[in-house]
Amino acid sequence: MAYSDKQITDLEGKAKHIRKAIIDMLCRACSGHPGGSLSSVELITALYFAVLRHDPKNPKWPERDRFHMSKGHCCPLWYAVLAEAGYFPREELLKLRKLGAMLQGHPDRRTPGVEVASGSLGQGLSVAMGMSLAARLDQKDYRTYCLIGDGESQEGNIWEAAMAAAHYKCDNLCAILDYNNLQIDGKVSEVMGIEPVAAKWQAFGWQTIEIDGHNFKDILAAYDQARTIKLKPTIIIAHTVKGKGVSFMENVCSFHGNPPTPEQAEKALKELECD
Amino acid sequence: MGEQLNQRDIYGKTLAELGIANNNIVVLDADLSGSTKTSVFAKAFPERFFNFGVAEQNMMATAAGLASCGKTVFASTFAMFATGRAWEQVRNSLAYNNFDVKVVATHAGVTVGPDGASHQALEDIALMRAIPNMKIIVPCDGPQTKDAIEAAFSNKGPVYVRIARCKVPTVENKGEFKFGQAQVLRQGQDAAIIACGIMVNEALIAAETLAKKGIQVKVINMHTIRPLDTRAIIEAAKSTKGIVVCEEHSITGGLGSAVAEVVCENHPTKVLRVGVKNRFGQSGEPEELLKEYNLTSRDIEKAVCGILE
Repeated sequence: MAYSDKQITDLEGKAKHIRKAIIDMLCRACSGHPGGSLSSVELITALYFAVLRHDPKNPKWPERDRFHMSKGHCCPLWYAVLAEAGYFPREELLKLRKLGAMLQGHPDRRTPGVEVASGSLGQGLSVAMGMSLAARLDQKDYRTYCLIGDGESQEGNIWEAAMAAAHYKCDNLCAILDYNNLQIDGKVSEVMGIEPVAAKWQAFGWQTIEIDGHNFKDILAAYDQARTIKLKPTIIIAHTVKGKGVSFMENVCSFHGNPPTPEQAEKALKELECD
Repeated sequence: MGEQLNQRDIYGKTLAELGIANNNIVVLDADLSGSTKTSVFAKAFPERFFNFGVAEQNMMATAAGLASCGKTVFASTFAMFATGRAWEQVRNSLAYNNFDVKVVATHAGVTVGPDGASHQALEDIALMRAIPNMKIIVPCDGPQTKDAIEAAFSNKGPVYVRIARCKVPTVENKGEFKFGQAQVLRQGQDAAIIACGIMVNEALIAAETLAKKGIQVKVINMHTIRPLDTRAIIEAAKSTKGIVVCEEHSITGGLGSAVAEVVCENHPTKVLRVGVKNRFGQSGEPEELLKEYNLTSRDIEKAVCGILE
């Protein structure tokens, strides 16, 4: 499918909007995970605004494509996207992580658009495979997308799911790896190396597509290509920059799980505005 | 003693029967379908059965995904792996989401036998009891296994069902099975025995022997551990001199603990626990192991005498 320049420009505009919402939300919450939220912005923005078959006014529509955020700590991104798409009012973003809030610190089913709770790493790809098997059982043509992290790929459960999804030929399943190469304790390659990533997934029976995870044309082409792959699941290995979009947050490990201070947030919002 | 039946056979058969009328049932196993008897369902409905190999964590989390799309999922493996290996998947992916998944675990307790300690789950009830939303049924015999599976199916949300590897004697005249409602199998005012699983039969044998000595013991089959029939426990505490709780499980965190909690909070009385006391299992024949771990009717009798001393 060809995408017009206007579509790409629109998506870039949305991505900027979503980045600002992430910064604002996390600053107000005084806790949360900006780094991995910012690195996945283009991947998830493209998914919700150009790829997914969904209806924000009817989140339980049986024919909807499924999305599961296995790296649940990046939910500020998910929440910003869901609000932007119209799943719930934007005001909810202001209550992130507060007692009684609809938007929990990690995804919870009380949030419209969240299918299954996540946050405990490693389980989500299995969850997504369950959705993909359900589609097969019900003879439905919806697809299931699952965002996983690079640090998360150190979990054994990920590879159990990888083996099983290939065994069951889940070609309606598309994983997206946000490969920003940073985790809480440092560089992924230094904490617990996961390379060779593509070769590992290929050895497990997956189709791999490697892209620049901030380039909308690449991303959209990858989602399109994934749809054409038959008899095996696909993983989009997206090379990204942790903290992308805010100069002083990019590739800075401490922004994995620390929110910007009000001063930092102000600076970040200004940068995003001028960008 | 009633007929000896294999609870696993009855599980497999009941599941396959439920599968006929309920297209929504999906069954998962982790390379033990021949042992857990989910193979019976797999044969009848191959398209609704998924074997995940030796990967229990994946099985439980996949169950969550299926359930999120409206499936009623039965996921089976040995109790050790269902509740131990995959505990956090059961907690975070199944119970937290309150999904309609039934974790039916076989090979619980020391009666697993020769396989020894690594395969003898003695902590599974404790592990499941600690999780919100999780219901727990421990059927006492073959026929009650059918009741338990049907109850698990008809009660929406996560349910843990614990069954044995070995054949178990059928307990006669139990009356109707009602989920969450204890069965009083024998009346008595001297002491009460509250038991689950294979220990129910031992409790009845103990009560019979004690009756010959003039000691009248009430016997309760507490087949549902969550939600717990607290009324039956309080009633037993009020109407007798004390309670003996029997389970083929650690005395920590299981039925014994659950009963003690209710008694302490409502009507303090003496509670003695017959169960495995801070030990791992070991190889041996089931009968030998029950003796070794003080899980026989004789041990129950002694505990009742301890109450009456």
